[in-house]
Amino acid sequence: MAAETYKIFDITKIRADFPILQREIRAGVKLVYLDSTATAQKPLAVIEAMDRYYRWSNANIHRGVHTLGEEATTLYEAARQRVAKFIHACKAQEIVFTRNTTEAINLVAYSWGRSQLKAGDLIILTEMEHHSNLVPWQILAAEKGLRLEFVPVTGDGYLDLEVYDRLLEQHPRLVAFTHMSNVLGTINPVREMTEKAHRAGALVMVDGAQSVPHLHVDVQALGVDFLAFSAHKMLGPTGIGVLYARETLLEQMPPFLGGGDMIKRVELRTFTPNEIPHKFEAGTPAIAEAVGLEAAIAYLESVGMEAIEAHERGLIAYALERLAEVPGLKVYGPAANHRGGVASFVMEGVHPHDVAQILDREGIAVRAGHHCAMPLHQKLGAVATTRASFYLYNTYEEVDRLIEALHKVRAIFG
Amino acid sequence: MDDLYRELIIERYKMPHHRGILEPHDISFEDENPLCGDRIRIDLRVAEDGTITEAAFSGHGCAISQAAADLLIESILGKPIEEVKALGRQDILDLLGFEELGPVRIKCALLPLKVLKAGVYGLRHHDSEILSEES
Ligand SMILES: Cc1ncc(COP(=O)(O)O)c(C=O)c1O
Repeated sequence: MAAETYKIFDITKIRADFPILQREIRAGVKLVYLDSTATAQKPLAVIEAMDRYYRWSNANIHRGVHTLGEEATTLYEAARQRVAKFIHACKAQEIVFTRNTTEAINLVAYSWGRSQLKAGDLIILTEMEHHSNLVPWQILAAEKGLRLEFVPVTGDGYLDLEVYDRLLEQHPRLVAFTHMSNVLGTINPVREMTEKAHRAGALVMVDGAQSVPHLHVDVQALGVDFLAFSAHKMLGPTGIGVLYARETLLEQMPPFLGGGDMIKRVELRTFTPNEIPHKFEAGTPAIAEAVGLEAAIAYLESVGMEAIEAHERGLIAYALERLAEVPGLKVYGPAANHRGGVASFVMEGVHPHDVAQILDREGIAVRAGHHCAMPLHQKLGAVATTRASFYLYNTYEEVDRLIEALHKVRAIFG
Repeated sequence: MDDLYRELIIERYKMPHHRGILEPHDISFEDENPLCGDRIRIDLRVAEDGTITEAAFSGHGCAISQAAADLLIESILGKPIEEVKALGRQDILDLLGFEELGPVRIKCALLPLKVLKAGVYGLRHHDSEILSEES
């Protein structure tokens, strides 16, 4: 499979937009960044937008009438508009800014879950969830006496949809699952699963931490009720994330955190909550980060989500093919055409940490561990894995360097 | 950095001298490094006069933690148990032959000592205590 077949866009030009990719990890050893699933690198456009904001427009929002205050408010709300358009939300009010995916999921659990669910209610999750889509529900379940059931993961890394169908017969109130696994790369059939959940009378919350950065996500076409994601995994800054929720749900939900900005009126013993989405954004938010997120989306759109997806599909197909050449290497997860740009693997006789450490010597950044998915690793029968993940700035040559380095690991450990 | 995977480490990882379980034992303790799921158990047999007569480790982990466990056990055999209490971070680095280790890998290297000391004292040690301990 010739690398050229996959040329979707001018990768040299894209790479030039990311200053960090020019870095040498040691003299003469160029960085190969294969850890975008943990966090993505940032293009100059994002770094500069935040810099410009701090140099030129910095002020608090929704308060001062001065010029800076108005500029900052306009920029912050423009970011919300941009996010809404990016995921095809009907309205900007359906976009709540949070700190990250984790906080967005917690918001659903604590606001929607705590007010709407009662003892004995069922929530369906899956075995491939990130801890952030398990622990909030475990906490809520303990508090309210909820039942949790889990869609199993099959040996080849898919959700077992037959079991899912059977679980739906028990009338769950909520189904919460990841769009794309951060370990297996599996892309779950969100639309089909959502339709079925709705027919069973349940709402659907999707963890979009891995899908929104890499796929074209349309919340209306998918039909989901809640979607959570993080800016830092989609070329944006850390410190800001998004909860999308249908307007009617947000209207129904009580506030999450209390404080400034989330109120309309406060008296000593009572308060009137603000309108949505401000009702859920207590205190001074991450303003510069919203500006950075807006720039990140602009960048992603300029390249095109379809093009990014196609590029990553090519890379992962090539990577899976080449990984199969390394002796004693086991790669988890589905076939290339059902997964995003993620490959988690173990090398026989070598601990995943040691693999990652030796790759680091070669300038290659991968992650080793359980990737915040301990239950999934238990299911896979692996304490830990090493994970290589790709984004729009990765190249076929970098896959080659990964493979070469893995051969070196093999040689060191015999 | 380049000598992180020297022969000594790889050899001890692949063919440890003191791997196993002692049943019965006088002291046994087990702990894990939550970051990577590495788990180590250390069993000791101690004579009347407090001398460590037998010791073995079990569990799983990376080359650094496994080699550190093997070398640590070798170094305490025949020693009075009181001496174990005085062992610290620098002793482990010396055993492994490293001048320094990064903040992530030092936890791997110190896990066996953490387990051993917890066993000897009969309680758990926080990372921070061991990390700050100089022998
Ligand atoms: C699938 C998935 N869900 C949730 C998260 C949590 O994201 P954050 O740490 O930004 O809240 C991650 C990040 O690793 C993820 O991959």
